[in-house]
Amino acid sequence: MIGADAVIKCLEEEGVEVVFGYPGVAICPFYNSILQSHIRTVLIRTEQNAAHAASGMARIMGKPGVCAVTSGPGATNVITGIATAFADSIPLICITGQVNSELLGSDVFQEADITGAVESFVKYSYLIKDVNEIPRVFKEAFYIANSGRKGPVLIDIPIDIQNAPVRSFKYPEEVSMRTYKPTVKGNMVQIKKVMRELEKAKRPIICAGGGVLLSDAEQELRDFSEKFRIPVVSTMMGIGVMPTRHPLYYGMVGNNGHPCANRAMNESDLLIMVGARVADRAVSQPDLITYNKVLVHIDVDPAEIGKNVGPHIPLVGDAKHIFQDLDKQEAECSHDEWVDALDGYRRDMQVKRKPNPAYVDPAAFITMLSDKMDEDGIYVADVGQNQIWSCGYHVVKKGRFLTSGGMGTMGYSIPAAMGARLAAGKKQVIAVCGDGSFQMSMMELATMRQHDIPVKIIVLKNQYLGMVREYQHYTYKDHYSVVDLSGSPDLEKLSAAYDLKFLRLHNMDDADKVLDKFLEKDESVLLECLVDPLDLVK
Amino acid sequence: MRKKVFQLLADNTSGVLSRISGLFSRRGYNIESITAGVTADPRFSRITIVTSGDDDILDQIEKQVAKLVDVRDVKELKSQDSVYRELALIKVRAAAGERQGVITVADIFRANIIDVAPESLIIELTGDQDKIDAFLALLEGYEILELARTGIAGLGRGIENVTYL
Repeated sequence: MIGADAVIKCLEEEGVEVVFGYPGVAICPFYNSILQSHIRTVLIRTEQNAAHAASGMARIMGKPGVCAVTSGPGATNVITGIATAFADSIPLICITGQVNSELLGSDVFQEADITGAVESFVKYSYLIKDVNEIPRVFKEAFYIANSGRKGPVLIDIPIDIQNAPVRSFKYPEEVSMRTYKPTVKGNMVQIKKVMRELEKAKRPIICAGGGVLLSDAEQELRDFSEKFRIPVVSTMMGIGVMPTRHPLYYGMVGNNGHPCANRAMNESDLLIMVGARVADRAVSQPDLITYNKVLVHIDVDPAEIGKNVGPHIPLVGDAKHIFQDLDKQEAECSHDEWVDALDGYRRDMQVKRKPNPAYVDPAAFITMLSDKMDEDGIYVADVGQNQIWSCGYHVVKKGRFLTSGGMGTMGYSIPAAMGARLAAGKKQVIAVCGDGSFQMSMMELATMRQHDIPVKIIVLKNQYLGMVREYQHYTYKDHYSVVDLSGSPDLEKLSAAYDLKFLRLHNMDDADKVLDKFLEKDESVLLECLVDPLDLVK
Repeated sequence: MRKKVFQLLADNTSGVLSRISGLFSRRGYNIESITAGVTADPRFSRITIVTSGDDDILDQIEKQVAKLVDVRDVKELKSQDSVYRELALIKVRAAAGERQGVITVADIFRANIIDVAPESLIIELTGDQDKIDAFLALLEGYEILELARTGIAGLGRGIENVTYL
């Protein structure tokens, strides 16, 4: 047995089923050993997307996604994917090949100090210098990635370590780390304080972030909200914590959020933030969310509490455990009046759009798509105007909504959708992107074909980098700079080149029929929707 | 802006110091000094960091440092409950005629002369930062050729605050 065999055994012990990656000499021992395993390998077409695909997979499975790339440019290419996962607290294990350990630091061919380069985007990183360390390092890495506040862990393995003989292999059953012990259970004193505030409150609200999904606490959150009739809003990463049409759910907050959700949060007298960072997109003026209200902040990462705003009741722990404890509490409270008022806002504060009938109206289109999607379908939104429309108009039923919320990485949707599909069995997975973000990941159409991953893709084509164009429209009075996407490929021909089924939608007249065709079979299809180039999200 | 001294116990791994200093530079926190050395148990390093900021920042620094996977324990060394010491080596230009004056000042501060050359002296001084600053102020009449300060190392007084490994 050599080091590379030991690495594969570790992955098997962790129940890894798929590795996304791109080989090069420095990771070749790994890719040779993996041939003897049942672990499936997926050759992605650029390394950044290996991390995105692993991220999509991790978000559906609830455990780390795995990618493996070579040294030097392979490793540096994966950094954006790692940073994207870090910003959204997605658990990843990134394995990078490295040059011979004796040559480290001498700037040889394809050497990059990857552990140094990713330092600010990983939860932790390892450079393995002793082959016998492999089992311990992998055990720790999977534990660190998927516990506490989740995140990516990078493991750099020089080629000579991958080839070195292993004396004996024993995978540790337990992790024993002297220095790393995340808090899981919430403090009961603080939980009782929350309940006392809830009894006093007239207008309580829960603002749920991605942390609720990461700790798999949707049901517990819903139980708590329903038991005490507490309305819920979410951040972008929290979309899907409640079904969009749940009577107690009032939409996404923030500068791109629903006015009703923002008003609900502003008027509340008790705000329970859970698994959310209080970051600028969701809360542009952190001072205001403590004005005239009691703020409870629940997070598994103590450093998030008080980072942007000081809460009245900090509560550190895992959302699932905390909601389980909260659900057991009793309180005398009635918020019917408040819920009625919010229902009124929801009715009266609908966003009014004036769509151009010559084109596809993204808002109406996305709502229609949601209604036709499978109940448990997975919707993966890219970044740009398309993301804002997706957040605003996609209706989550029992499925999931995935997007790059923290980093806002264009090109996320197609590789993430592939990863999600591989994790989700036969579930319907749809990637929705713009013509800019599509072109950042269109090389992955080949990966879809090669590995037969039936993801459906929608391109909202407006021939502009729409989000930036919209910004230039407002900020620079239509002084457009470097946002024109002329020269983009004919997507029908491109689909033919990749042997993909292609559909085009010109306006809403045929939307019903075309969407039925788009969704009818479990197969890859590319649907191009022509969107008014001058359409705006605001 | 307040000054605060933190004591860290961290795994004695090769990247630990760069992880800590990287955290400070990335998030824009001040480091006035940082000292590190192995503890009685060679698996751990004890690190003393002097930092400054307003209360919110100092609170964040403590939490962010505690979050690092390699860090076992973080605590504040409050001046009333702790001792701080810094070592300074000071090379002063002093020809034969000036030597006695320098030595007199050094004696008052219980500093040691550890090297004598025809044109210069090296003085070794240990103390808290105020003492070293005061000593340097007294040397103003002389030319300081080179100065090396270690930054402070600190420990809490008594056995109440000991973190057992």
